[in-house]
Amino acid sequence: MTSRKLTINGVRRTVDASPGDTLLEVLRREGYVGVKKGCGSGDCGACTVLLDGRAVNACLVLTAKAEGKVIVTIEGLAKGDALHPIQAAFLDEGAVQCGYCTPGMVLSAYDLLSRNPAPSEGEIREAISGNLCRCTGYVKQIRAIQAAAEQMRGGRNG
Amino acid sequence: MAERTRESFVVVGQSVRKVDGVGLVKGKPKFVADVDLSNVLHIKILGSPHAHARIVRIDTSAAAQIPDVVAILTHENTPSTRHTTAGQGYPEPSPYDARMFDTKVRFIGDRVAAVAAETAAAAEEALRAIRVTYEQLPAVLSIDEARAEGAPVIHDEADSTGIYEAARNVVADVDIDVGDVERGFTESDVVIEATCETQYAQHTPVETHVVHSYLDSDDRLVLRTSTQVPFHVRRIVAQTLGIPIQRIRVIKPRVGGGFGTKQEVLLEDIAGWVTLQTGRAAFISLSRAEEFVAARTRHPMRVRVKLGAKKDGVLHAIEMEATSNTGAYGAHGLTVLANTGSKTLPLYNKAKNAHFYGQAVYTNLPVPGAYRGYGATQGYFPLETAMDELAERLGLDPIELRRRNHIRAGETSPIFEKLGEGREGVSQTVKSCELEQCIAVGAERIGWREKRGTQRREGPWVHGVGMSIMMQGSGIPQIDMAAATIKMNEDGSFNLLVGATDIGTGSDTILAQIAAEVLGVPVSRMIVTSSDTDLTPFDVGAYASSTTYVSGMAVQRAAEKVREQILSVAVPMLKASVEDLRLAGEHVVGSGGARVSLAEVCRRAMYSSDQFQIAATASCVPTESPPPFLANFAEVAVDLETGRVKVVHYVATVDCGVAINPLMAEGQMEGAIVNGIGYALSEEMLISSTGRVRNPSLFDYKIPGALDVPNLEVILVGSYEPTGPMGAKSVGEIGINGPIPTIANAIYDAVGIRLRRTPFTPERVLTALEGERRRKGER
Repeated sequence: MTSRKLTINGVRRTVDASPGDTLLEVLRREGYVGVKKGCGSGDCGACTVLLDGRAVNACLVLTAKAEGKVIVTIEGLAKGDALHPIQAAFLDEGAVQCGYCTPGMVLSAYDLLSRNPAPSEGEIREAISGNLCRCTGYVKQIRAIQAAAEQMRGGRNG
Repeated sequence: MAERTRESFVVVGQSVRKVDGVGLVKGKPKFVADVDLSNVLHIKILGSPHAHARIVRIDTSAAAQIPDVVAILTHENTPSTRHTTAGQGYPEPSPYDARMFDTKVRFIGDRVAAVAAETAAAAEEALRAIRVTYEQLPAVLSIDEARAEGAPVIHDEADSTGIYEAARNVVADVDIDVGDVERGFTESDVVIEATCETQYAQHTPVETHVVHSYLDSDDRLVLRTSTQVPFHVRRIVAQTLGIPIQRIRVIKPRVGGGFGTKQEVLLEDIAGWVTLQTGRAAFISLSRAEEFVAARTRHPMRVRVKLGAKKDGVLHAIEMEATSNTGAYGAHGLTVLANTGSKTLPLYNKAKNAHFYGQAVYTNLPVPGAYRGYGATQGYFPLETAMDELAERLGLDPIELRRRNHIRAGETSPIFEKLGEGREGVSQTVKSCELEQCIAVGAERIGWREKRGTQRREGPWVHGVGMSIMMQGSGIPQIDMAAATIKMNEDGSFNLLVGATDIGTGSDTILAQIAAEVLGVPVSRMIVTSSDTDLTPFDVGAYASSTTYVSGMAVQRAAEKVREQILSVAVPMLKASVEDLRLAGEHVVGSGGARVSLAEVCRRAMYSSDQFQIAATASCVPTESPPPFLANFAEVAVDLETGRVKVVHYVATVDCGVAINPLMAEGQMEGAIVNGIGYALSEEMLISSTGRVRNPSLFDYKIPGALDVPNLEVILVGSYEPTGPMGAKSVGEIGINGPIPTIANAIYDAVGIRLRRTPFTPERVLTALEGERRRKGER
């Protein structure tokens, strides 16, 4: 085990990790269980987190590689009781069914909207194409991300 | 009480947020694996490397020496009770042909042994150290091989029961007749026959099967499991492990998708046994590869349909013959087979003569089980493509042929009574059916009249449109049972306790909506607890499109009983008679406008006068299974150069009665259709010549992603089902049946080829296109 210094959701933490431990394993072990495991091979996107602001599959990132970087998990998105507009839109548009892929999908959307506040439908599809969902047909997630983008633009202007 | 109508609903029909939604979007610890696992035993399973073999010897001595290994399970030290893994009502209609660990393995990946260790790595190392000597047996790798004379017998053991004819590998046999089908064909003017085959396909919930087990402080076994059937899990684990039901508590936390694969007891017996033997908490979770190899799949089938019609386009005879591959074990073998006929043939009730015949056979291949659609999906492929051909032969628009033949409200079909869930069915008259409206709305939306038969070109792409119609059911009549308990708290809130199993479908929410509607409160006043065998009343679980209709009715009845109790308490408070009181806005309201809050009513009942707990339990055993109806329309484009098929636009118009929560009903449809599109175009478990799954990953087994889904429109065409809770029918399964025949018919409209085997991969499309070119050239 080696000590690794990680910044998780704005908090600097020292965690123990074996050389082969992925960020997915370490984050879950440290209690960030909103980071889900669906495949362990980068195919499903359930373990998506933000690494220096970009959505990555935590199952493909060795913990050592995340040292010194800023990690955001789904637990870091809401401010207290106030949901992030993407989270609220997912609920209001019916985009959540079982909710297992939701954290990853929300963070992929967050990454997209932070770079592109007014994405086209095609850009939204592209951004969440690495997040597999078996319950929905993606229709409502796409609508939710559009609604969230609109609200976030409105918030920024107002 | 005033009659309920669609217009009078306050909470029902509203797309309220999911009651568990906020925690889910925040990533709160809601799933089985989301607990502290630092002190559990990690369990790993050793799968068979052979498709068919006897275990001659298992040597676990080296494995036992590995540090941190705590327990090793084999057929030598575990219970040998035969049971079925199928989580169905008791007695199960599936054969008792499985053991925890058997002396024989019957497919690659079949259980040989399991290891529990302090770390997952130690458990895996121990698996590699187990030495197994096998006597390999010839394997049966297709339905034709299974039925061949002298085929190896897969279940030759003496102690299995409920197998139709084990010596011939036949799990189940179904044969029903209406009228005289042979004479029906002779009397027909046009006869069409089509045989279609469907592939091995998997549910692939993003959360794989996972169980966490421990002993509570009274030494009872607690199983926290990702299941669709908590009460069946409790019963089957008790049977398998030989312990009393009383000693087991099953808790279903949130489930990361099921679709049928979690209507199965796959891991609970192993985790439970480890915990009972060691006294330790244990954890087991299938890897994605294990899920592909050793969890459940859809039954691959070969289904032949023969249709006979008179010149006027009215069907006179229908025959369906299905052969189902039920893999190494017979879980759901009989019932999926029976539903291939029972959920399809009543749709065309004008045919006076009908015959359904089918067999389910064992093979040494992965084990199919329940999968959304449950046989109907396999049946609608040949039925609805044959209807397309029949329309062409008769010179009729496919829509017109459907209109002349489909069942309508006020009508019945003899099939309802003849063929049920693996036994005789229940006769019923359809009371709500807006299929005509579904067809009309869908045709308009897709642009049927303008697009049909035009073969519009766009570079190498040729466009076509196709359609299909279908029905499903709402629960299993006279078998399913659901119960609900509601109790009131003194702040005017209510606990709703249901055995119904929300696996992401939103049933906790819609059941809360039904109760809230009766009790005159917003959904936020309902506290929902579901699927805990210690705390909630019984429910068969989430399958057979039963929850909204069956569990929903139990909830409605419980709420009505509680409502009566509330009114009885309010009578002296408002000095009014019961008939003049109603519940609305969290108050009991009198006809003159006098009102008292629910909180005041409950405080009186709890603390002041004639005290009692306002609470009630109610059950529902449905006497019929009203079908939801669906019309599907698709526009596809076929690339003549590559054979690729692209779904451009898909319109699904569904009659599911009153949608309790319209957004969620749409979500059920959208998810089912997209899963069906994957099934039609890309999803296929590839199996080697030795029986090995060659593509056990989400990279190699392609399910649709956001870039793969078409412009998809789901339109809810409302009806009111008089036997349903708040007018509702089911909507969970029906959508998945649509894409295969609809896309197949659209491909025919575009390029004139009839595809008989799924998925419609570029290779199969190109091959068919070349065949068609040759055929035309030869003419």
